[in-house]
Amino acid sequence: MTTLQLKDLPEVPLEAESISPDRFIGKTADEIAALPVNVGNRKACLGEFFAVSGDGGPEIVLEGDLARVKLIGAGMTQGQIHVRGNAGMHLGAGMRGGRIMVDGAVGDWAGAEMQGGHIHIRGNAGHCLGAGYRGSPKGMNRGVIIVDGDAGNEAGTAMRRGLIVIGGNSGDFTGAFMIAGTVVVFGELGERTGAALKRGTVVAFKPPRLLPSYRYACTYAPPFMGLLLRHLAGLGVAVPEAYLHGRYRRYSGDMTALGKGEILVWEAA
Amino acid sequence: MLRIINGTVYDPANGIAGEVRDICVADGKIVAAVEGGQVIDAQGLIVMPGGVEFHAHVAGAKVNAGRKMRPEDHRAMPIPRTALTRSGVGHTVPSTFAMGYHMAQLGYTTVMEAAAPPLGARHVHEELNDMPILDHGFLCLMGNNYFVLKYIAENDFARLKDYVAWLLNATGGYAIKIVNPAGVDTWKWGRNVNDIDEPADTFPVTPRQIVTSLARVQQELGLPHVIHLHCNNLGSPGNVATTLQTLQALDGLPVHITHAQFNAYGGAGWSDIRSGAAEIADYVNSHRNVTVDMGQVVFGPVTTMTADGPWQHRLYELSGHKWANADVEMETSAGVVPYQFSKRSAVNAVQWAIGLELALLIDDPWRMYLTTDHPNAGPFHAYPDIIKLLMDADYRAATLAGVHSAASTRSGLKDLRREYTLSEIVTITRAGPARCLGLANKGHLGVGADADIAIYPQVEDPKEMFYHPRYVIKGGQIVARDGRIVRDQPGRCLHVTPGYDGQIEAAISDDFERYYTVDFENYPVQLEHYLPDRVAVPCHER
Repeated sequence: MTTLQLKDLPEVPLEAESISPDRFIGKTADEIAALPVNVGNRKACLGEFFAVSGDGGPEIVLEGDLARVKLIGAGMTQGQIHVRGNAGMHLGAGMRGGRIMVDGAVGDWAGAEMQGGHIHIRGNAGHCLGAGYRGSPKGMNRGVIIVDGDAGNEAGTAMRRGLIVIGGNSGDFTGAFMIAGTVVVFGELGERTGAALKRGTVVAFKPPRLLPSYRYACTYAPPFMGLLLRHLAGLGVAVPEAYLHGRYRRYSGDMTALGKGEILVWEAA
Repeated sequence: MLRIINGTVYDPANGIAGEVRDICVADGKIVAAVEGGQVIDAQGLIVMPGGVEFHAHVAGAKVNAGRKMRPEDHRAMPIPRTALTRSGVGHTVPSTFAMGYHMAQLGYTTVMEAAAPPLGARHVHEELNDMPILDHGFLCLMGNNYFVLKYIAENDFARLKDYVAWLLNATGGYAIKIVNPAGVDTWKWGRNVNDIDEPADTFPVTPRQIVTSLARVQQELGLPHVIHLHCNNLGSPGNVATTLQTLQALDGLPVHITHAQFNAYGGAGWSDIRSGAAEIADYVNSHRNVTVDMGQVVFGPVTTMTADGPWQHRLYELSGHKWANADVEMETSAGVVPYQFSKRSAVNAVQWAIGLELALLIDDPWRMYLTTDHPNAGPFHAYPDIIKLLMDADYRAATLAGVHSAASTRSGLKDLRREYTLSEIVTITRAGPARCLGLANKGHLGVGADADIAIYPQVEDPKEMFYHPRYVIKGGQIVARDGRIVRDQPGRCLHVTPGYDGQIEAAISDDFERYYTVDFENYPVQLEHYLPDRVAVPCHER
């Protein structure tokens, strides 16, 4: 296990793609401290901002308020990162495997375009959670993101595969341009949920304001929802007991796009 | 002053193929001998002229539209700033600085922007001026220009000739570019033409008339480059018939058919599209008035951009990708659609095979040039790989085995064992394009030529070789060494100044003032201001 203790909050954001098990494995604490980071337009090393201790194993623990540390675990393929505090933008962006746990809140673009692995955020997430970067045809493509708190706008934009679970509220444009995959929101949803969604499922436990291009299909009790919710409970999501029962109103859409997707709206039993 | 000694020189324009010779440079030109100066020992290295990019979309409004609509493209190839060079981004549509550095790093020293609307000439010049190192010019879109169509309709050849000459002078353009003649004009009303005898809308003139008239104009003005033609029905299955009809209509008049791959499709629809490369190659082999360039497909992302508005709309409908469309007033249109060429697609596999087949079936390398129609069929930085496909039949067969079987069953590629020699590669990337463009000082290493020189390592794998030039010399200065830019200098603009009767200005001013959004006086580019470092390539008027 390697522990990085943030010394001081940097004045400008730190771009620290090097904080990744792939980069740490097999290195000594000194070698890890020498890994490069970008701070503003200057190149620096991790050791300038972090006290590094430990052995360079596949587990990393980050301590301190890392709200201005960007790209933690970006592109990682293995191992585990535990952030004991907040994390900055682009956490786990493009990651392919491994696990990231954040005790606090994270910035925008967490899990953007990730292709595998597991992110669990105990606090709130910023905008564009699991989204595709501007212009990209695809967002998140495989993997799981769990947010216990709220998420900002554009969660799951252009998502292609995978699962996003938001325990609190979600902002506007949740699941916009989705190609496939599943977004589950336990709290309130913002405006224009599933705008231009082609396929995929948005599950809403509070009735959302739906776009006129979603069409009511039926009310039913799909067996997969019970399986999904129990699976989520197994992953450490607090699933209210009532949600395990009840039915779902299915709205098909978005009819301005392919129209093969759905928004499922839960109704108490 | 510079001497390159002991290098193995390939200079097909001067009949030199792999001889050890010394090359001497003074004042930016190749000279017979110099005393003193810097010496490059090119022992074990291959020396050839700098690359001449014959047809690439690198500057102007449509390239910028491509850049703006593809932020995802910028992420693919970031280049950081260095003490000497500026930063840039972009894979298929690089920023101007990045484009110049990338091309120089591959050994290219001249680039011809493939399609510029006259009205956008200033923008094109501004971007070309920003593009470091490369000498540059642009092909001026004329095939659907209001005045061109008008004078053809009025059968007033003298005025047509004067107008073309005036337009080239007014814009600082280099040659006549024709894109989907009559078709782009009808696109302004949402339609296209499908046949070379179908008339345009603004004036009832046909593609046949436009192409033959402008070909005659080119000959009579003695412009250094022949008409540069993007045929009707580009991209559509069965269009090989249209291409051949166009060539027959020209009846011996010199013509360059650009990105011929896109115009060499057999079959009746997307389900049975097949290669028509053999028919085109047969025609080219038996008609010395015709040159072509490949427009070779490269699997992966591309950004298609062309003045062929109706085709771009069709591609948008086929691909469901983003689409930009532009109407350039009296002159042309343009469309931009990102696309992805996939090895698993039967159509894409056939398109890929056709480009190679054309290159392998056309016997004369002096009339067939290497292009990817950058960034339409592929990005230019794939050239080393295409060179390897042409030089190595086993590599080609191995690549063919990895793409959709349609490439084998619907083209003749699998039976072609021809391998390009290094001399032929130098011809299709340097000497040939320079000769076709009428650039007497480019594409060769004879005395008096511009000292644009690329020096490559002598290695087994041509792809490795062409990716890693040891030295790139532009105008006698070493600009890149071992893949790094070591000198940042501006390129020069290549343009033409054909003569014309000044009365043409009075003749067009009425319609101009009535229909254009700019004033007549504001239209011509102030060459002194925009192009301080320019070279007027001579015309040989008849």
